[in-house]
Amino acid sequence: MTLDLSLLPDGGVSWLDASGDHAGIVLSTRIRLARNLEGFAFPGRARDGERLRVLSRVREAVGTAPSLEHHVLVRVDDLPSEDRLLLHERHLVSRELAGLDPQHPVRSGAAVFLGAGTGVMVNEEDHLRLQALRSGFALSEAYAALERIDEELGATVPFAYHQEFGFLTSCPTNTGTGMRASVMIHLPGLNATKEISKTLAGLQQMGLTYRGLYGEGSEVVGNFFQISNQTTLGRSEDEIIDQLMYVLRTVISREEDARRVLLRDAGYIIEDKLWRAYGTLRYARSLTFDEAMSYLSGVRLAVGLKLITGLSVYTLNKLLIFSQSAHLAQAEGRALTDSEANLVRARYVRQLLAEEAGTNG
Amino acid sequence: MLCDSCKERDSVVTLTRSNADGVVTEEHLCERCALERGIETHITQPKQPLADFIGALHKQLPASPHDSGRCGFCSGTLRDFRSTGRLGCPYCYTTFEATLRDWLRRIHGTSKHVGKRYQPPVPLVEEGATVLAELRDRLRRAVEQEQFEEAARLRDQIKVLE
Repeated sequence: MTLDLSLLPDGGVSWLDASGDHAGIVLSTRIRLARNLEGFAFPGRARDGERLRVLSRVREAVGTAPSLEHHVLVRVDDLPSEDRLLLHERHLVSRELAGLDPQHPVRSGAAVFLGAGTGVMVNEEDHLRLQALRSGFALSEAYAALERIDEELGATVPFAYHQEFGFLTSCPTNTGTGMRASVMIHLPGLNATKEISKTLAGLQQMGLTYRGLYGEGSEVVGNFFQISNQTTLGRSEDEIIDQLMYVLRTVISREEDARRVLLRDAGYIIEDKLWRAYGTLRYARSLTFDEAMSYLSGVRLAVGLKLITGLSVYTLNKLLIFSQSAHLAQAEGRALTDSEANLVRARYVRQLLAEEAGTNG
Repeated sequence: MLCDSCKERDSVVTLTRSNADGVVTEEHLCERCALERGIETHITQPKQPLADFIGALHKQLPASPHDSGRCGFCSGTLRDFRSTGRLGCPYCYTTFEATLRDWLRRIHGTSKHVGKRYQPPVPLVEEGATVLAELRDRLRRAVEQEQFEEAARLRDQIKVLE
């Protein structure tokens, strides 16, 4: 089976369209709820047959849920590794569901129901990971969509729930609400003004945490931070969201301040640096992913500061996703070695930026 | 420009100092020499200390007399949890309730869920086949784990249904 992501309602990329609030600074908002079915061992311990039965129970439930009507089922366990990586690069499935790590090979029954901006992972660490992904800063909208899915599914299949502990999950760090709300935010200003360590330490004091682009265990690249709640018990879903919203508003305004300070105190140095980043992306012949990310971070900042005009945030978002290895390999129709991928990446970036420059003079 | 201190690497920072007489001196330093003088030249980010810390906490779970127990549903033990950080099934929460309550309090500061309440749907009369398949799975697990009493109980249940 080969994966054709164009069959998805939105190609799985509507969250990239930069239509959301503060889309220049906040790339996306993601919320997930962990849920498990009563009467089954968690996926890590379950037998193949049990996981397949979980999938079939979920499939029936999805069939009766109005908000999941147009969702497409992708059997992750049937896909070759390059397609699983592709789904992961597009932020549609987690690393664990895609079975990308040797210690967690892909499980039988691993699947995902994908729709426009929402998805349901089955047989990940928990039986169900309901997720909503939105462009920009959109916590309330994301949660509203997710709450409907949660209620519709929970009315058909019995979720594992404990009167005191709340929703039960495979790892007790998720027990309670099972909710992880996170915002992917670009903080080059705080980084350049050396305020970032203070900001991150402050977040941690508030019970929030941060990760890189791909969630748990991933490194921070290109100044993109995924900021999320750490604990899931003792606070309601609304409280978690309200707090994250409040803290993120502060982080966004600090980032905006830092950018103003940069322009005021180091105008020409910054301007030169950012244009050099743009120049490199426009003309380089070979780019590693980390290099591309770091220059894209500069160009994104330049667009935010209005130093570079005529380049859309949507294009920059697309570059982040489509310049990753599995996406390049899919576009080329063949597997690529690292050095081939670097050449293809540089060509893709040049083309996209040239097109944009062409259409905007 | 080369670093004034090591004269090997390119300088990346300029250290401007003025003494009490107002004499200003400038020194150009590379990243390493600057760091040796306690000047940070690039951003050092804390490496997700909280997440790592919490991720490793399950290893610190104190040993308790309940440790020898096994979950009647999935045969999981607290020892398994300590080594993987994951529980085997929802029923582990009742089997190891006291230990887990303690653990949840350490991690979340409380063990009381205050979020959304949930009422599972009233079970329809389940198809016998599904129940049987589930019981058989549990039987296989019990045999594998040499839980023979549990296996015998499950076998009897299966016989009745068959």
